[in-house]
Amino acid sequence: MSGVRVLVGTRKGAFILESDGKRKNWKVNGPLFAGWEIYHLKGSPADPNRIYCSQSSGWFGQVVERSNDGGKTWETIGNKFSYDGVPGTHQWYDGTPHPWEFKRVWHIEPSLTDPDKAFAGVEDAALFYTSDGGQNWQELSGLRTHTTGSQWQPGAGGLCLHTIILDPSDPNRIYIAISAAGAFRTDDGGKTWKPINQGLVSEFIPDPKAEIGHCVHHVAMSPSRPGVLYMQKHWDVMRSDNAGDLWREVSGNLPTDFGFVIDVHAHEPETIYVVPIKSDSEHFPLEGKLRVYRSRTGGNEWEPLTNGLPQSDCYVNVLRDAMAVDSLDKCGIYFGTTGGQVYASADAGDTWAPIVRDLPAVLSVEVQTLP
Amino acid sequence: MIHATKIRVVLPAHLKTLAHVTGEVTLEISGEATQRAVLDALEARYPVLCGTVRDHVTKQRRPFVRFFACEQDLSHELPDSRLPEAVVLGTEPFLVVGAIAGG
Repeated sequence: MSGVRVLVGTRKGAFILESDGKRKNWKVNGPLFAGWEIYHLKGSPADPNRIYCSQSSGWFGQVVERSNDGGKTWETIGNKFSYDGVPGTHQWYDGTPHPWEFKRVWHIEPSLTDPDKAFAGVEDAALFYTSDGGQNWQELSGLRTHTTGSQWQPGAGGLCLHTIILDPSDPNRIYIAISAAGAFRTDDGGKTWKPINQGLVSEFIPDPKAEIGHCVHHVAMSPSRPGVLYMQKHWDVMRSDNAGDLWREVSGNLPTDFGFVIDVHAHEPETIYVVPIKSDSEHFPLEGKLRVYRSRTGGNEWEPLTNGLPQSDCYVNVLRDAMAVDSLDKCGIYFGTTGGQVYASADAGDTWAPIVRDLPAVLSVEVQTLP
Repeated sequence: MIHATKIRVVLPAHLKTLAHVTGEVTLEISGEATQRAVLDALEARYPVLCGTVRDHVTKQRRPFVRFFACEQDLSHELPDSRLPEAVVLGTEPFLVVGAIAGG
């Protein structure tokens, strides 16, 4: 019988939550790497036993772990992320030049076809690549050395490359997003990159329609329909039907268009999910009610999903990489909160239940659908 | 003949876990017993510790890592300064410590 494995990264370790296809009874394994910040862990689509994990610490820096048996055992792999050549500078918060400095890996995206290949998005923003299972990482420096790179400025969380999307229909096409530089696309396997921010409007930058400088929080794409992208920006939920060349706002009737996560139903590419969050500084759900909003129309028309979610006195956040979907029928939706809850819905969002309630603050959630 | 010095090193708990060691580790140093020589030997024996105590490229100590020995803070000593005699003789260990900083 099929099952799911939910990979949870938290401020103080990793957790692996496993269930069968019913997704009612869960086995909780963890904490793994206790005491370390786990920004992200993700399994290889080509081999579900291969999992990569980004482990970091303010004291001891970056470590990368790899499992070849679905998370039962782990080995420490390469952690050297050196920028190509003389890194130069980007802009600091005050607009002055600041040297590029590696801080941590925010996101690891395994290849769709080869478990030994993976991409890593890091802070300060750059994209790295491994073809030997993570022993060695090389920068794809065409991104960081883009003509706009020296103008990139960090968001509140740092100058982080947090989103990597691989196009299943074109191995040379990759999308990435950086806070707060915006979204970029390569069509030649990472050699050259193009900012794809046309249509975004950000009132918090001097030119609201600038080529770069937009605080993109997350981007999602349905593998069944590459080229259609959904974005949760600092403010605004956006959609592109042409691989990011042009975006239009689809916030519609959302109670607020601020938030961090966005994801797409595994089988319905027009069904998308966000968690509206109050901002600019509160960063908790409106009215203390934790609500996922679902659109079945690719945006604009949204319905609140509340069944099983706390509807009073809830003041948690849901961070940008902390929502994921499985590919079972019905599609399962999962998200984690800064309060340490991981919620699951086995019916595409109609009803929810917590898998766990009291983990450390959740930084990321990924799901593997197992045969 | 080059005399090898045995240096006792105490690692913080997280680095012991990474290196799969318990208790002290003893490192053999050829030549002058300096911070740099100890860290070179540590990383050679336990490659998983590369980048966790000092930067991969610059070899600078990570900001929240400290080096103590003989009740002294050696963190700001030059990397090529000779370690205290008690450390060289093996009567005192060289401590790698995670600084007290935050949660």
